[in-house]
Amino acid sequence: MDKNKIIISHSPYLWKGFSTAKIMYLVVLALLLPAAAGIYFFGLYALLIIIASVATCFLTELAIKKLRKKRFRNDGSAVITGLLLALIVPPRMPIWMVVVGAFFSIAVVKEAFGGLGHNIFNPAIGGRAFLAICFPTQITEWIEPTYFRLDAVTTATPLSPDFTYPGTQAELYRDLFFGNTGGSLGETSALLIILGGILLLALRLIDWRIPIFYIGTVALLSLLLGQQPLFQVLSGGLMIGAFFMATDYVTSPVTRNGKIIFAVGLGIITVLIRNFGALDEGVAFSILIMNAFTPLIDKYLKLKTLGLQKKKEAS
Amino acid sequence: MAIIRKKGIFAGVKLPENKITEEEPVKRLPLPQKVIIPIQQNIGAPCQFIVKRGNEVKVGQKIAQSDKFVSAPIHSPVSGKVSKSTKLVNPATGALLDAITIDSDGQDQWVDLDSILKIEDIDSWEDALAEIDRIPPKKALEKIKEAGIVGLGGATFPTHVKLSPPPEKKIDTFILNGCECEPFITSDHRIMLEYGQHVLLGLQIIKKILNPSRLYVAIEDNKPDAIAHMNKLLEQMGLDEVDVVSLPSRYPMGAEKTLIKTILGRVVPMGGLPMDVGVVVNNVATSKAVAEAVLEGKPLIEKVVTVTGLFGEPQNLLARIGTPISALVSHCKLRERDQYHIILGGPMMGLPISDLQFPVNKGLNCVLIKEGYADDEQNCIKCARCIAACPMDLMPLKYPELVKNSAYSQCSEYYIANCIECGSCAFVCPAHIPIVGYIKTGKKKLAEK
Repeated sequence: MDKNKIIISHSPYLWKGFSTAKIMYLVVLALLLPAAAGIYFFGLYALLIIIASVATCFLTELAIKKLRKKRFRNDGSAVITGLLLALIVPPRMPIWMVVVGAFFSIAVVKEAFGGLGHNIFNPAIGGRAFLAICFPTQITEWIEPTYFRLDAVTTATPLSPDFTYPGTQAELYRDLFFGNTGGSLGETSALLIILGGILLLALRLIDWRIPIFYIGTVALLSLLLGQQPLFQVLSGGLMIGAFFMATDYVTSPVTRNGKIIFAVGLGIITVLIRNFGALDEGVAFSILIMNAFTPLIDKYLKLKTLGLQKKKEAS
Repeated sequence: MAIIRKKGIFAGVKLPENKITEEEPVKRLPLPQKVIIPIQQNIGAPCQFIVKRGNEVKVGQKIAQSDKFVSAPIHSPVSGKVSKSTKLVNPATGALLDAITIDSDGQDQWVDLDSILKIEDIDSWEDALAEIDRIPPKKALEKIKEAGIVGLGGATFPTHVKLSPPPEKKIDTFILNGCECEPFITSDHRIMLEYGQHVLLGLQIIKKILNPSRLYVAIEDNKPDAIAHMNKLLEQMGLDEVDVVSLPSRYPMGAEKTLIKTILGRVVPMGGLPMDVGVVVNNVATSKAVAEAVLEGKPLIEKVVTVTGLFGEPQNLLARIGTPISALVSHCKLRERDQYHIILGGPMMGLPISDLQFPVNKGLNCVLIKEGYADDEQNCIKCARCIAACPMDLMPLKYPELVKNSAYSQCSEYYIANCIECGSCAFVCPAHIPIVGYIKTGKKKLAEK
């Protein structure tokens, strides 16, 4: 036996092999469901937005790693950011604006903080917030679902004060559930987002506490404010935010109790913005705000290790 | 017999078992031509050699001892001549250890043993148990101490110390640990099947010493044959006060603290010992050694070692202590690979060595040779899988970050001392961060302060 063949490293010598890249690409798989809904309702232009956003994110990360002389890992995280950003912009957003937003997501919100694992804010939402500041008009131009027709009719989103619905309430809920309504590219179909969320839960990729407590808080507070909880839950970006964005590992707390506090905070801020803020929708900003609180939540919610004696803090 | 099926009593992980040698009967390894005896083979005070180069020694002759209580003497595993003194690298600490080499004369001449009975010759359990009953506990403890017995599960804590709890600690429960929760290792499993009588006689001796009201034999349910065999022997021997407990196979079931929590629901306080909650736990191999020491007068000079992994003929070998690992490796026909880990112990908690001349020591239960992989540490994504896996309810993800920043005192705020280094966190880590390595560094730096 040749000495050079012997490797010395720390235990353990077994690894489950469920790598970061596997996790990320499984999330990508789940995201393809709402992405497919977006293409179905808003046509091939939606597909173009998705491709532009994913490609920009991927290439930006590659370029920055090269510039910083760091190893580029195809871990799928940039693909998720690209997909998510595409799903939360209006379905007719000019492509070059999407590219600007995607670049900002990766270059500023993610890599400037040190890359995967070090970012404080969810990169996709950070990118969308940047677009909202740069292009306030285009980021709120909504259209009715076009399917694969070319003509687009502008409309108001369900959360807008101008929103009117011609049909019955049952038809309204049916449209909101399936996604036949105005809104961001991939946020309208509650059905496919929930299916993607179930996939994430079944594969144990996300903790149920964040989506359940987030959606639950919004429903409860809406009820207290005399609104239709179901309407509030199915409208806007709540579903995609709760299942796919608030659950981002890096920017959400690590402990179970921390996740609950985080999710309840999200629900409160979302309802406050929706009812008392200048914007119609508050999911994106509520996630950014709670992202900022995540390090604090993790700092103060330490786990009590097994066998910890109940000792009063004397000093 | 009790069956505990409930999982989730502690977190832990489900591991691939890889118990490829579980059907292999224990075979005696041919006597080595030379043995290498490192001076430190137990936790606690180190011994001093009492033989010099040129001395003739017999099998079982004491060759090293200490006058400290927390220590265990070392005996010659072969007959022959002390040929040289040398140094070995301690794989746990990296420090150099004094050692001596004894050249075997091949005669295997033993010292006279203070034997009460031969376990293999027992034909009446009633008589044998009566014999045990006649031994005063003090005398039994003295024989255990003189035989140099230490915790053979790998902890190497001197057994006579463990069996002498201070009078204010009332021991009401004794647990014989046959969990063997690490993948690959089968030595305890084979000991239970092939030396079951030894193990249970040892249990009787320990019972006599500690006088607990409850006695358990704890075995994971992936070893149904061992559970059945133990039950059968207990019935044959008429020991109805001993309860065999079948436990779910979940790592690290065999760690004292998780085992006690699972069987008794008691939580050992942080920084405390099982005796703080009235419990003593011993490994089945230790119990076998206790029986051989007290009844046959035999000191601890050989061990059942599983040699497994990349071998043509992986086996369970009864090897003399001091046998170079190279003798075990060549006996089992290593399959060549580009890169290996040579691991003393199991894949989760074992220690790496680079020198095949390193000898079998008292704590060794497995030599595992595994294909190696290059380090590929990535950024922590805070997925919290390590938190979900930690049997001690720690936040393992904090340690790499703190140790990299030399923030060692902050590691204490996250109770780093309570980590049992079981490796569950690193096993599940998607970023492949060697968390246990960081924890070991953190603990070492804190100790240096």
